[in-house]
Amino acid sequence: MKLELRGITKRFGQLVANDSINLVVEPGEIHALLGENGAGKSTLMNVLYGLYQADEGQILLDDQPQKFAGPGDAMASGIGMVHQHFMLIPVFTVAENVALGNEPTGVLGTFNLSEARKRVVEISNRFGFNVDPDALVEDLPVGVQQRVEIIKALSREAKVLVLDEPTAVLTPQETDELMGIMRQLAKAGTSIVFITHKLREVKEVADKITVIRLGKVVGDASPDASTSELASMMVGREVDLTVSKRKATLGDDVLRVENISVLDDRNQRAVNGVSFTVQRGEILAIAGVQGNGQTELAEALLGLRPVIKGSGAIAIKDQPRKPQASVREVLESGVGFIPEDRKKDGLVSEFTIAENLMLDASYKSVFTKGLNINFAARKKISRELVERFDVRTPSAEHLAGKLSGGNQQKVVVARELYRNVDLLIASQPTRGVDVGSIEFIHEQLVAERDAGKAVILISTELDEVLALADRIAVMYRGQIVGIVGPETSREQLGKMMAGVAA
Amino acid sequence: MSWLKPVAGVNSEERVGFKSPIVMAVVGLIVLYFFGIAGRSGQTSFELTRKDDAIQLPAFEIASAQLGVIAGVLLLLLAVGSLLLSLRNQKTPIWLASVYGLIGVTALLGWLAADNTVPVVFIAGTALVLAVPIMLGAMAGVMSERSGITNIAIEGQLLTGAFMAAVVSSITDNFALGIFAAMFTASLMSMVLAVFAIKFLAQQIIVGVVLNVLVIGITNFLYQQWLTEDGENVNFPGTLDIVKIPFLSDIPVIGPVLFENRITVFAALLIVPALWFVLFKTKLGLRARAVGEHPLAADTVGINVSRTRFWWVTIGGAIAGLGGAALTIGNAGAFGREMSGGFGFIALAVVILGRWHPIWAAMAALLFGFSIILRVWANQVSPGIPSDFITMVPYIVTIIAVVGFVGQSRPPKSLAIPYVKG
Repeated sequence: MKLELRGITKRFGQLVANDSINLVVEPGEIHALLGENGAGKSTLMNVLYGLYQADEGQILLDDQPQKFAGPGDAMASGIGMVHQHFMLIPVFTVAENVALGNEPTGVLGTFNLSEARKRVVEISNRFGFNVDPDALVEDLPVGVQQRVEIIKALSREAKVLVLDEPTAVLTPQETDELMGIMRQLAKAGTSIVFITHKLREVKEVADKITVIRLGKVVGDASPDASTSELASMMVGREVDLTVSKRKATLGDDVLRVENISVLDDRNQRAVNGVSFTVQRGEILAIAGVQGNGQTELAEALLGLRPVIKGSGAIAIKDQPRKPQASVREVLESGVGFIPEDRKKDGLVSEFTIAENLMLDASYKSVFTKGLNINFAARKKISRELVERFDVRTPSAEHLAGKLSGGNQQKVVVARELYRNVDLLIASQPTRGVDVGSIEFIHEQLVAERDAGKAVILISTELDEVLALADRIAVMYRGQIVGIVGPETSREQLGKMMAGVAA
Repeated sequence: MSWLKPVAGVNSEERVGFKSPIVMAVVGLIVLYFFGIAGRSGQTSFELTRKDDAIQLPAFEIASAQLGVIAGVLLLLLAVGSLLLSLRNQKTPIWLASVYGLIGVTALLGWLAADNTVPVVFIAGTALVLAVPIMLGAMAGVMSERSGITNIAIEGQLLTGAFMAAVVSSITDNFALGIFAAMFTASLMSMVLAVFAIKFLAQQIIVGVVLNVLVIGITNFLYQQWLTEDGENVNFPGTLDIVKIPFLSDIPVIGPVLFENRITVFAALLIVPALWFVLFKTKLGLRARAVGEHPLAADTVGINVSRTRFWWVTIGGAIAGLGGAALTIGNAGAFGREMSGGFGFIALAVVILGRWHPIWAAMAALLFGFSIILRVWANQVSPGIPSDFITMVPYIVTIIAVVGFVGQSRPPKSLAIPYVKG
């Protein structure tokens, strides 16, 4: 099916998320939509899928103008979508999820489970997906959940399949498999829209590339274009994707972790017997696919989550840390923390930038005068920090929630580094952040390292890991598969991320 | 994620604790000592049939203290069973907890009725009648919470239903109209809640509380100004006829308890399994549960989240209204001031206790019905024992039943979270 978008414009208040966008996807074509975080790709696709109504413009399928009041209409017209955040009900089985909204029914509106199961098996076999229709979705690895999403779209006979940042949660191997699936589907005549900000993937799989920046189409490109060419189209200026850094000069151990285990929210072991050390002057990257215990490990290091009693020990600067240490004690021992979800854990959106900057030092004399806040000092410090960390805002008295993702993250980084820490734990510091801010944050991390601090970088982005790390620890199912040097190949790291020991 | 599933032996130290066996052993010892060894003298007679029943069964007689000893030993044996399961890192199953509860309750009845009789049919039958409003209120709760909306207003809906059923039945002399009016007005209340929650994204608890206060105020006012003045014409509906289902009602014990009732009871006995069927076996139920868990996902497959929530809450309201009718024309025969007396809130607790499952919630409602009749009956057979103490017992049993499988309970993920599109 041929998909055409004509002059799509979508506004949210003052913000123009999509500015008369044109896009043509031919039948059986893999069309990449390339753009930075916040460029308006997802908005565009939500318009296509009927979740948003366009303010202007037209959607045409096989040259017929369409009107979608909701996702139901879009699906009925043959549009399928695999969302970045999977739209699956965790407590339902695969068959129930695939059937939902399109249920085979028997008498009295009974749900025909065996028919639903049959559909899943049929599609799963056709494409070699190997998905169990009776598995609960919450028990499946993300890679398989994504296949469930694809089955869901195909079971509704989708002729146009939209994949929104599909590789964000996958191992390199799973990514390769997904690309195989995409080619297979395209060959069978499905048109595919592939939304991403990862240049390598675009070059590998796309037939055609459309680049979007700040809600506008800035041009088309062919997959033969060089990476730097694509990057500068996407960002709008020359970008240097390599981080320059000197050779590491190592110092004392700042953090020693020995054989610790941590439970997740469901009381199951998410971290299982992990040991490592971090020295002054190095960046230790903890790589791995999301959900392999990195989050719980970071929270345990900070004291947000208890370490299982008797499971091991943590020492900070040769001082053994109490197993039940409070977060404040850990922070006071010289640890800074950039949480992975800045909206949820990093900032109070309803607070101003200045208020957010004093959050973890709210009881300290720099910000207080007796029981009161020292407003003059806070104003001065926050103004300095906004300048030094290049936070783009009219003033430090603006609400943090109103900033862009990149600038919000800079506020978090500024707060953590202002305290002059010995160990910085940065969890996904550049997730959902624009390229300019990524460059800036990367520079800050390297600067900390060069100043003789220890840095732990937890990242699921292999590019980021390879650009910054002095040593790479790969986590898989709660354990460290191995700790390797930065010269290790992508293929090797990919294997480790899938659990194959180095 | 699959790899996070507990592997036998690996996660033993953080999985199953010893709560259940400890609680079970302590209660077992209490029963053994106080009901058995230090129990009361005299025979207890468990009367299984009533005098005019078609089939007569002989009464079961046993010395009260002897029953206490036997029950205590059995309870301790079950506690040992639970301990063995805990040692093997397995949870105490629900059936074991239920058997435990049943034995415990039998021991309690036998102890209370030393030198007296336990009218089994009367106690079970009355427990069921008293449980019906709670049960139907709980079904309303299950319906609305499964679709993602907290309905705190069940109390108010019961009260509304009770009031409307009494008044409309009295005025029109027609019970069918009374029941209809009860269901209709209670569903109107649900609609108000639904519109505020869905359309105006109001805090659902606050809307519910306000509705409750409003209904209490209105019914109190009308009761004082109108029902007490003109009670004979507007608050004298009488009760629905008791219907005997042929043959089935002749089965000993079960027959008179289940098959010789007013239609409000029969309705409850039908609604509970019907709701289970709709919720877990039909397309509508699948969609409603999806909406309660992950409304955005439901929306992306073309399910209308607002409409689904609206109707589930509204129909739930109608069922709560029927529960209210069961209070007046199904039991008391007239409306009384604030006569729902917290049943709506008990229904909410029952929903949680029943883990948002119609059948389990109905069982929990029965437990509450039982505790009400137990207090009344215990006062008659053993006036010396403080009735507050007796009332505690079913709840203690509940706690024991719950410790066994608590933690597995998980509310619908999007409960009380308004769904905002886009």
